[in-house]
Amino acid sequence: MQKLKISLCAGALAVAGLAAGGLARGGDTTTLNGSGSTLSKPYQETAIEEFKKAGTGITINYGGGGSGKGRQDLADLVVDFAGTDSPFKDSELGKAKGGKILYFPILLSPITVSYNLSGVDKLKLSAPTIAKIFQREIKQWNDRAIAGDNPGVKLPDTAIVVVHRAEGSGTTQNFTEYLAGTAKGVWKLKSGSTVEWPSDTQAGQGNGGVAQIVKSTKGAIGYVDLSDAKASGLHYASIKNRAGKYVEPTAEGASAAGEGTQVRDDLIFSALDAKGDKAYPLTAQTWVIVYAKQRDRAKGEALRKYVAFLVQGGQKLLPEIDYAPLPRSLQDKAVKQLDKIALPGSGS
Amino acid sequence: MNSAETTVDLQSRRGLGDRAFAWSAGAAAGLVLLILALIAGSTTRNALPVLREMGGRFFTTSRWSPAEPIFGALAFIWGTIFTSAIAIAIAVPISLGVALFMTQVAPPRLARPLVSLIDLLAGIPSVVFGLWGVLVLSQHFNLSRSFLTAGIILAIMIIPIITSLSREVIDTTPVSDKEGALAMGATRWEMITATVLPHSAGGLVGAVMLGLGRAMGETIAAALVIGSALGQLTLNPFAPGNSMPAVIANEWGEAQELHKSALIALALTLFVMTIVVNLAATAVVERTLKQSRGT
Repeated sequence: MQKLKISLCAGALAVAGLAAGGLARGGDTTTLNGSGSTLSKPYQETAIEEFKKAGTGITINYGGGGSGKGRQDLADLVVDFAGTDSPFKDSELGKAKGGKILYFPILLSPITVSYNLSGVDKLKLSAPTIAKIFQREIKQWNDRAIAGDNPGVKLPDTAIVVVHRAEGSGTTQNFTEYLAGTAKGVWKLKSGSTVEWPSDTQAGQGNGGVAQIVKSTKGAIGYVDLSDAKASGLHYASIKNRAGKYVEPTAEGASAAGEGTQVRDDLIFSALDAKGDKAYPLTAQTWVIVYAKQRDRAKGEALRKYVAFLVQGGQKLLPEIDYAPLPRSLQDKAVKQLDKIALPGSGS
Repeated sequence: MNSAETTVDLQSRRGLGDRAFAWSAGAAAGLVLLILALIAGSTTRNALPVLREMGGRFFTTSRWSPAEPIFGALAFIWGTIFTSAIAIAIAVPISLGVALFMTQVAPPRLARPLVSLIDLLAGIPSVVFGLWGVLVLSQHFNLSRSFLTAGIILAIMIIPIITSLSREVIDTTPVSDKEGALAMGATRWEMITATVLPHSAGGLVGAVMLGLGRAMGETIAAALVIGSALGQLTLNPFAPGNSMPAVIANEWGEAQELHKSALIALALTLFVMTIVVNLAATAVVERTLKQSRGT
């Protein structure tokens, strides 16, 4: 009991100290809070770290939670900005309490189809084959469909173990959207943040969880973002793109996909199954979303600076953490859009 | 005369204190009920869209496809019942054994540190045991993700609380009863079955039900090891499955509209199930109390 009291006192003192510190600096700092996409969280964290070095006196916090949570938080005015891998649905838009929303693309990310198959270092897959594997129509690695994608490769008769995400996720959304769009007529599980996976499949928690199961299970195959696949030392397949070329998941392949993508005026696009010889077809994108009409001048200015950093100066940080920077054309459009963040009283 | 005055004075003073106490206790009890009612009200309201859409099929079918959207929760309800039953089946014999050992068998020198150890364990948040179980069971014993693995981990999580409560209940057996039985020539086992167990039956049921309540609602540890497989209506404990809290934890972050409503409906189902379990427990406790009183 005595100990408890002491630690409580210490805790109270610490809180008081923090509060005092905050008050002392309160005059010249602005704090921005964001939440959402876990895909872009490593970039946000790295960028915040670098942005701090510039000494702008702006404090930024980014909590993950998933794209859906980010959009909800922004709609409810709980955060100043959010990260999301997919745009608002029309039905959700009406709930956004702050009015019009601006989309700033910040990065592209290749989603790998990683596998664990001894003796096979290079694997090629086309969308219909991936679809058949993930809905359990193909159950053996030496199936004719896989052999058809890989002439000359000796495939063992190992059983396939399919691994997917246990929790709702933007990665699942992009992966299933790719299959629904590219393997039309073959893919039957529809698309969404969670789909109706067959019951004889395995589920992992997060990209890391899927990577871990693939790594420890013979014959396993799963979809994992590039940085986690690399961190776990997994093999990943080259995937057939729209031009008929098999492309490995790399930052360059993802940037090429961004170049081959139709971008709307509001900067909404999908980098999946993009045009171009070098485009990696399973490429996800992520945006930072903010309200066009800012309510607080200081916060709005800080937000402009931070988003500008994300789409310009921060881009060079991306390849180190296995993401792809935006292609030039897209970056220019994003920079141009910065002016549309309107501050109160500025008349712009 | 003098003494009468004092009594009156005491009575009136006690009356004021009593009334204040009765009022505040009543308000506290009322607040609990109010909060419970508000929870029930708001979850029901938010669950209505999916219940309207799916009707009774929400409880009687097992297809869960947010993309369509079709929501049938039967397999998840089954998963919750199945894993909790496995957990109770494993945890109860062990907990009772440990509790009896501490109170009836172990010498005081051993029993005292054991008691404080178990009480300490009961105070640790169950997720700590859960994560430990996840690491040890799935990595060192190579147990795959399944109902059984989830049940074992839930058992590990609830053993300390059931043991701790059981020990306290068993400890209330009057020494005279026990010594009486022993004096009649009963063996230790006969003494336990004749005096300790009948005396503590009601409390033991209560302890088990508290454990069951924890097991049913346990979320993160279950989500990590149960396997997240859909539509598993099976008695095979080695099959991967899913349970209601695990589904809620996994899918809430990205859920929208009807999907969200379906997850809230799962929470509502869980809420109702725990209430039913608690009512059943109360009924069992009352019955055993009556039996032990011989009425």
